[in-house]
Amino acid sequence: MSERPTPWTWSRRTFLRRTGLGSIALGSLLTAESLRADDQPVNAESGTRGVLREPHFPPRVKRVIHLCMAGGPSHLETFDYKPTLAKMHGKPMPESITAGQPIAQLQGQALNVLGPQHGFKPFGQSGLQIAEVFPKIGELADQMCVIKSMHTEQINHDPAHTFFNTGTAISGRPSMGSWVLYGLGSESEDLPGFIVLTSEGGGQGQPISSRQWHSGFLPSRYQGVQLHSTGSPVHYVGNPPGIGRQQQSDVVEAVSRINQRRQAELQDPEISTRLAAYEMAFRMQASVPSLTDMSDEPSHIVEQYGCTPGDGSFASNCLLARRLAERGVRFIQLYHRGWDHHGGVKAGVAYTANLVDRATAALVTDLQARDMLKDTLIVWGGEFGRTPMAQGDGRDHHIKGYSLWVAGGGIRGGTTYGETDEFGYNAVENKVHVRDFHATMLHMLGLDHQRLTHKFMGLDFRLTGVEEAHVISGILG
Amino acid sequence: MVRRNAGFGLLTIRSAIRLGLLLLVFRVAHFPVVVMADDGEVRFNRDLRQLLTDRCFPCHGPDEKTLEAGLRLDLRENAVSETGVIVPHDSEKSELIRRIFSADAERMMPPPSLNKPLTDGEKDLIRRWIDQGAEYEPHWAYVAPEWPAAFDRNSAKLPEVIDALVESNLTRNDAQSAALADPVTLIRRLSFDLTGLPPTTSEVDEFLNDSSPQRVERLVDRLLASPRFGERMAIYWLDLVRYADTVGYHGDQNISHSPYRDYVIKAFNDNMSYDRFVREQLAGDLLPNATIEQLVASGYNRMNQTTEEGGSQAKEYLAIYFADRVRNVSQVFLGSTIGCAQCHDHKYDPFSTVDFYSLGAFFADLEEVGVYDNRGRPPMIRVPDAAIQQRLAELDAQRKKLESQLLSLQETLRPGQESWEEKIRQQLREVTEQELDWLDEASAVVPEDRRQGWDYVTAEQGPVYRGTRSRKQTAGGLVQHLFQGVETTDPVDAETRFFAWVYLDAAQPPTAIMLQFNDGNWEHRKVWGSDDIVYGRTPENRPAYQRAGALPPLGQWVRLEVTAAEVGLGAGSKVNGMAFTQYGGTAYWDDAGRVTNQVVPRRLADALQIPRADRPEDQANDLTDYYLNHAPEVMELRAEMTRIDSQRKSVEESAPLTVVSKSVAPRTIRVLPRGNWMDDSGNVVEPAIPEFMGRLETTGRATRLDLANWICNDQNPLTSRTFVNRVWSLLFGRGICSSVEDLGGQGTYPAQPELLDALAIRFVDSGWDVKNLIREIVLSRTYQRASLTSEDLRKRDPYNDWFARQQSHPLLAEMVRDSALFISGLLVEQIGGPSTHPYQPAGYYAQLNFPKREYQADMNSNQYRRGVYTHWQRTFLHPMLKAFDAPSREECTVQRARSNTPIQALTLLNDPTFVEAARAFAARVMQSPEVETKGKIRWAYRQAVSREPDPEIVQTLEEVFASHLVYFGEHPAAAQELLRVGMVPVPSECDPVELAAWTSVTRVLLNLHEVITRY
Repeated sequence: MSERPTPWTWSRRTFLRRTGLGSIALGSLLTAESLRADDQPVNAESGTRGVLREPHFPPRVKRVIHLCMAGGPSHLETFDYKPTLAKMHGKPMPESITAGQPIAQLQGQALNVLGPQHGFKPFGQSGLQIAEVFPKIGELADQMCVIKSMHTEQINHDPAHTFFNTGTAISGRPSMGSWVLYGLGSESEDLPGFIVLTSEGGGQGQPISSRQWHSGFLPSRYQGVQLHSTGSPVHYVGNPPGIGRQQQSDVVEAVSRINQRRQAELQDPEISTRLAAYEMAFRMQASVPSLTDMSDEPSHIVEQYGCTPGDGSFASNCLLARRLAERGVRFIQLYHRGWDHHGGVKAGVAYTANLVDRATAALVTDLQARDMLKDTLIVWGGEFGRTPMAQGDGRDHHIKGYSLWVAGGGIRGGTTYGETDEFGYNAVENKVHVRDFHATMLHMLGLDHQRLTHKFMGLDFRLTGVEEAHVISGILG
Repeated sequence: MVRRNAGFGLLTIRSAIRLGLLLLVFRVAHFPVVVMADDGEVRFNRDLRQLLTDRCFPCHGPDEKTLEAGLRLDLRENAVSETGVIVPHDSEKSELIRRIFSADAERMMPPPSLNKPLTDGEKDLIRRWIDQGAEYEPHWAYVAPEWPAAFDRNSAKLPEVIDALVESNLTRNDAQSAALADPVTLIRRLSFDLTGLPPTTSEVDEFLNDSSPQRVERLVDRLLASPRFGERMAIYWLDLVRYADTVGYHGDQNISHSPYRDYVIKAFNDNMSYDRFVREQLAGDLLPNATIEQLVASGYNRMNQTTEEGGSQAKEYLAIYFADRVRNVSQVFLGSTIGCAQCHDHKYDPFSTVDFYSLGAFFADLEEVGVYDNRGRPPMIRVPDAAIQQRLAELDAQRKKLESQLLSLQETLRPGQESWEEKIRQQLREVTEQELDWLDEASAVVPEDRRQGWDYVTAEQGPVYRGTRSRKQTAGGLVQHLFQGVETTDPVDAETRFFAWVYLDAAQPPTAIMLQFNDGNWEHRKVWGSDDIVYGRTPENRPAYQRAGALPPLGQWVRLEVTAAEVGLGAGSKVNGMAFTQYGGTAYWDDAGRVTNQVVPRRLADALQIPRADRPEDQANDLTDYYLNHAPEVMELRAEMTRIDSQRKSVEESAPLTVVSKSVAPRTIRVLPRGNWMDDSGNVVEPAIPEFMGRLETTGRATRLDLANWICNDQNPLTSRTFVNRVWSLLFGRGICSSVEDLGGQGTYPAQPELLDALAIRFVDSGWDVKNLIREIVLSRTYQRASLTSEDLRKRDPYNDWFARQQSHPLLAEMVRDSALFISGLLVEQIGGPSTHPYQPAGYYAQLNFPKREYQADMNSNQYRRGVYTHWQRTFLHPMLKAFDAPSREECTVQRARSNTPIQALTLLNDPTFVEAARAFAARVMQSPEVETKGKIRWAYRQAVSREPDPEIVQTLEEVFASHLVYFGEHPAAAQELLRVGMVPVPSECDPVELAAWTSVTRVLLNLHEVITRY
């Protein structure tokens, strides 16, 4: 990655011209260096510059869009076709497989096989087997790689999300988006580098904690910022009632002038950072509304995503995700809370699939049309899968094997990686632990998971923790 | 029971062998005073320990599982053996040196795969150390602190000791300390550090005008005596113990802990000694005759996150809570990171996996479950405040009065028994069955506050069986309403039946309906219709799930009947509640109650048939009792008493609950191999302190109290060092040992160990006196120095390890809020009570569920309380607190992050709390004694930062005022809009346009860096 010309040169000049701050601020701002509490020398100007001058090795992608299918989509009704299950429908699961295994709501109950509730068919030239509930995603078959051998360690929603995001179920650790931002910083000048969107619909909406996008012990400037679909998209981004853009500008300018004036006496390098923070805040007050005002999207695009822009749906969020990607946001996470199908997995999966199918496909296609798919990693999947065993007419949580797919950034399209056993219970071939997934994602971003570390409590922490983690080179083109 | 803590000075042979290097602890009589030497002398602790820990010990350290080649470089006798890895005084012959200087990737140490190569300087350091004899030193933190020899331990004044040690260190480094801070900076610093609030201008004036040499002392004493001190210190302590108002996992439901928070505030304000503070939190419930306060304190042990998530496995969560607790206890009290030892022996510290589980075993006696339900975290207690206690006393007095009235009433009734008996006999001949309608509208037996989930409809809205209303229940799935906790006088007997009237909607009938009874539990059910109701459902019929067959006819009122026997209500049981359940559809429910076929219970009817003279005594008494308790006048009095009881109950329940510790038979604790909770193959462990620190001598199983006593033992080198180091970091922004969270092997070596030791010793000598410790630190000149410094000093000591100067840092999130409210005059100072709810953006909790919830901001004076009282939602912390780096309190936070972000700017600019504060501040400005605009600006500026503005600042603010006066004059509606932010009224004497313009000025002031920074 070549050294970018600093965007600050441009933006600062614009800001100074507008606010008339020029002569006061310029000199010191461009040279100020400050030592931060975390002992990481960072450029005082930037709120979201990473700690690395450049990636560890040439990156394949610049950004990640994680479509988090929260609740745990059933791999058996989506991407992992298991004819054996159909044959065994209603019969007891072999005890050799289930004995002594962790189990959630089926604790103490009879374990009988539930056959696949939806048909599969081959899609694309590659003939990937994908459930018929995904006609549009199916059209992406030749671009995606389905990892069928994911496994995780946490069987309940909250800790499983925490595990998927931070590599551990212990609270207080940084999320993967924060790690990425910490390493690489953001390319956006007027938006946070890690943005989270949420939607719901389908199965019961399991809660999602802001822990999932927290920066943990990393500096808080690396934490994800949630964009809200109701009220102000970013907290406090709107002026107070009765205050127009000019009045707000007057206030910000006066704050900066006085801070600047006091710096001479206080010699506090943080004042430079504060000036920059107010500049960016002021810019965000304009950039966020222009981001979320999607009236400039042509109707064929809106049609392609199948959404009413700004309605908070998954489809609208997909469109917003593309806009974020265009604006240089590094890590974009969309949670759709609707995949927890303990009962009625047939109707449930069909319903939720219908909510995400078209927009997911539209996002990938749209990025490709803009030549951005090549440097974007798309990740589609949940915190775990679901049991081959019936829970009534639904399925319980399952962690020993499940599916997730990735696309973009030179991922080998039209392929699958790894397998589960004939019941879809255990990942048996080319198993991919959550940590391996993390290592691979970082690798694609040009980051070595063993070298991206942060000192905390006397230890060098990293996203992949102390256990072994491997880059899954088999999925890379 | 006599217990003796023999943890110190007593090292078991086994642990001594395992930790050979620590033998030195007890062999070397004193802790070596480290002098920063430039004579090339290499000291193990100061220069090498961290390096070796980082690069070598991962594979050649205490963790047996990762040990390579059987070589332990942390043990001298292992490293300096005949193997020749280290040959003291001869680096050339040392294999270690050959390896670290090797260019051969196969032989090179550390191996390239570790990704942590040694620099040339580091290699040279190791070489010199070996040439100097390769002397090890025990890890400094585990050694008893040493009082600096130059001072008398009993008589030396601590501020002078601090200054002298700092100065002599500076002299050695040929550096000079900064000048003393100017008095305004000093009073602001002290006010923030000790109370979390800025000084008022009159306090500043008073301080400036006080020429006495004791003025700082007087100021410090005043601040320490302020109740704000406890609120300020609580912020720090609550971060450590991860205090919050919600459970943390999954639905993150609310849980009441506020009495614990108030205990912490009070403890600091009362200057409770630190050892007692620790003891009460770890083992308050185990203290003899534990007070409510001590029980509240014991809530510490249960401050961990918990879950209600369906499908969670209790055993897994018990393991999670267990590990959480060990991590927290070790970090909070011992400044040690033991968490790693959950899965493997610690790579850097002598903590083993066995130590981890043994430490946790102290807490195996806590009554707790893995998966909770119903928003409760039993055991919990109610903690009534003084007002509630008084109200309860009043109610008790009222009840007593009624009780004595009852007694005298009954005396007057006695003579009428005979004629009553005759009347009853008459009725017994006439009446065969009697209904007691519990829900009769005219005289409801069931008070309103015992009814849950009732939705009444009148005759216009739906069918009503009797009276003016029935209860409509409609749903897509399971639904019920019920009453519970009703006092019934008559126990069930063999003939008792129950009834309920129901009307099933013909168009949309439920698929199943159920009546259910509570006699202490709800396991008494009768079901009509399908099996859709899952409560108590089993394949076979049983009293807890009795199938009655098909649904009754639809579209008409039907009387459902249940006999006591068929639902397992035995004779003598007392039914206190009834539930009306259905699956789907719509049903209307009306009268319900019990049927007896007697006027009086059967046994009394029998007794009445016996002539009075012949009645056995017990039957006679039984009859008299019944008569005296069922007379209408008595029933009336009793009803009054019931009302008082229920009032008492609700007053009692208005007292906040708090989670406490309760000791029960301890669970078996096993070492979990690799932390795997499903693996039961590990050894069972008993409570024990880390083995290398000694052994507790107890008779029987060691308790939490034993642990607390060991932690608070005067000889424990970690407890006092941990605490004083953290207090120092509160007052300087940096610890003497900069890794305030970890004093162990991966922590940093203290910048000035002798200073840390002096503080630790004085702290213990003073009887763990917290206020005294703080007082003595802030009275040192070292504390009072300016934060500004020469470029030279900043370059030579960028992190301020020498403490030649003070250090500015951002105010804590709570203080940012408090300051704005304080400056604006809005702050409501009231100590304690349930948590408060500042304005918060709507929909912020949209991602939460079970239950879904809508945040309700306080619309009363609680809106203006200090930040320490803000409702702490672990998964969605208030955005303002979060923006300013307040932690989620899911885990222990020793030191908060310090950031400086655009989100903070947006918050200060636009959060209604700050906008409202600005307009309240503006009203103060307009009402200030100053007349001229310039004067008002100067006055306002001084309120915000305690000093006079220079002319340029005045001019800047004047420009804002002037231009906005014009703007709002042209847009009066905009002014009105701005002034409507928040709920504090606009003073009628303030002109809205002018007030809005002043609000722009005060918004500038509240956004100034200086306002949110402590210098």
